[in-house]
Amino acid sequence: MSIARHWRERTVRYRLEGQRHRHTGEVRFPVRPPALDEDPNDWEPYQLSGLGEIYSFSVIRQAPAGFASLGIYPVALVRLAEGPLVTAQLTDCDEADLAIGMPVEMVTRRLMDTGEDGVLVYGYKFRPCLR
Amino acid sequence: MTNVYIIGMGATPVGEHYQRSLADLASEAARAALASAPGIAPHQIGALYVGSAFSEELYGQSQLGAYLAGVLGLASSVPAFRIEAAGASGGLAIYQAVQAVQNGLPLALVIGVEKVTDQLEDAIEAAQAMASDSNEEAFHGVTLTAQWAMLMRRYMHEYGYSADAFAPFPINAHANGAKNPLALYRFAIDAARYRKAAMVASPLNLLDCSTLADGAAALLIASEQLAREFTGPRIRVAGSAVATDQPALHRRRNPLDLNAARASAHIALGRAHLGVGDVHVWELTDPHGIAATLALEAIGCYEPGTAPRHAAEGAIAPTGKTPIATAGGYKARGDVGGASGVYQVIEIARQLSHTAGATQVAHARVGLAQSLGGIGATAVSHVLLRES
Repeated sequence: MSIARHWRERTVRYRLEGQRHRHTGEVRFPVRPPALDEDPNDWEPYQLSGLGEIYSFSVIRQAPAGFASLGIYPVALVRLAEGPLVTAQLTDCDEADLAIGMPVEMVTRRLMDTGEDGVLVYGYKFRPCLR
Repeated sequence: MTNVYIIGMGATPVGEHYQRSLADLASEAARAALASAPGIAPHQIGALYVGSAFSEELYGQSQLGAYLAGVLGLASSVPAFRIEAAGASGGLAIYQAVQAVQNGLPLALVIGVEKVTDQLEDAIEAAQAMASDSNEEAFHGVTLTAQWAMLMRRYMHEYGYSADAFAPFPINAHANGAKNPLALYRFAIDAARYRKAAMVASPLNLLDCSTLADGAAALLIASEQLAREFTGPRIRVAGSAVATDQPALHRRRNPLDLNAARASAHIALGRAHLGVGDVHVWELTDPHGIAATLALEAIGCYEPGTAPRHAAEGAIAPTGKTPIATAGGYKARGDVGGASGVYQVIEIARQLSHTAGATQVAHARVGLAQSLGGIGATAVSHVLLRES
């Protein structure tokens, strides 16, 4: 993935910045362009709390290219406190301790192998709640 | 609009074809399809539709329309297209051919082709993950298998199943695949072996995960006028439909609901003036038991939360109420990527021609083939009908 593409996603990946609808209060994450029948002015940037709970999870033992350095690693669908589901890796946990419904919080971690361009790619992961 | 028929079909074995190129495989399938339609000559082919999911990423070849038209020696005036919708590519290529024939083209050739084994496992996993939302899912190292695994775990949680409850799906697939000479895995498995299999992406184990392999399959799609020249039972494409859903699982209201799978099946059945209960044999995108489960429930064959129970009681066997994977399904025939949709329609056509051999569904007259791209982000359904 190119350097510009990582840079472009920085508010989403480092700050967990989503969007909130000014009238309905609906929260969207990650950000995306307005649908054709939506008014672009109705969506404002919105910082998520980073708190949520595990909706489901899996532990990957056959990593795709670019993730070999992670070895065996857990991934999850996390239901954020503000409503949206998000796909992310889990960290700082043992597989045996994971369960659907477990409270988790966002942390910033290195996400993948260092590629040919030498960029260290950081982003959100979730870990069992310390708060 | 004219009625549309399948008048020829052919396929290569699914496997690790290290000695053969993408062109070799596509050529063999197309020749076999022509050989199965005596009296049809190559110059009658009015258009070529190629379905392939991974030809750029895993084989380094784009523009398969022109590329394969050249390999086959089609005239330069014959329009040729490559259709891509991940695992639904082949189903979508058939859809496009059917549309063309409905609108006056006498004869179209469809080829589904995939050549993946030149690459190692990690590259194949990464290529498959591109069918997700690459920014929001693949970027985080999530694979297609892990996504199905998360749906399986959620399903187990909501409906109180253990992982063993999904064993009937691969057991049925392997029992049928063992009798299919074109299948990737021609051996049976049992519940004891399933329980002992190593994890791939928990709770999915090795015996509940399909393998992506090489292969090509071809169909000749013809107008009613051309089809009338053939004797024997005619196989009509009675209804086809395409539907889509958000590729990102987390953007869906209920990730366990394969919305596009339901919509495409129901619209296709509606176009055929048939209902779910009229279908005698099914081909589903079933790389894992959970995938077959969610499709059967979305389409309305079974209530949510009950498909594994029906499968355990024999409902998905060739003698059951909803036979699936009669040629081995994705698990035993093999996942042929964008070619899978063409293999699926060939199996339904064999069933309706009553030439399916040991896994023949008795008196099958109506079949539905559904191919999914990603986790049902694209869903293509074809309803086939035997006219006697």
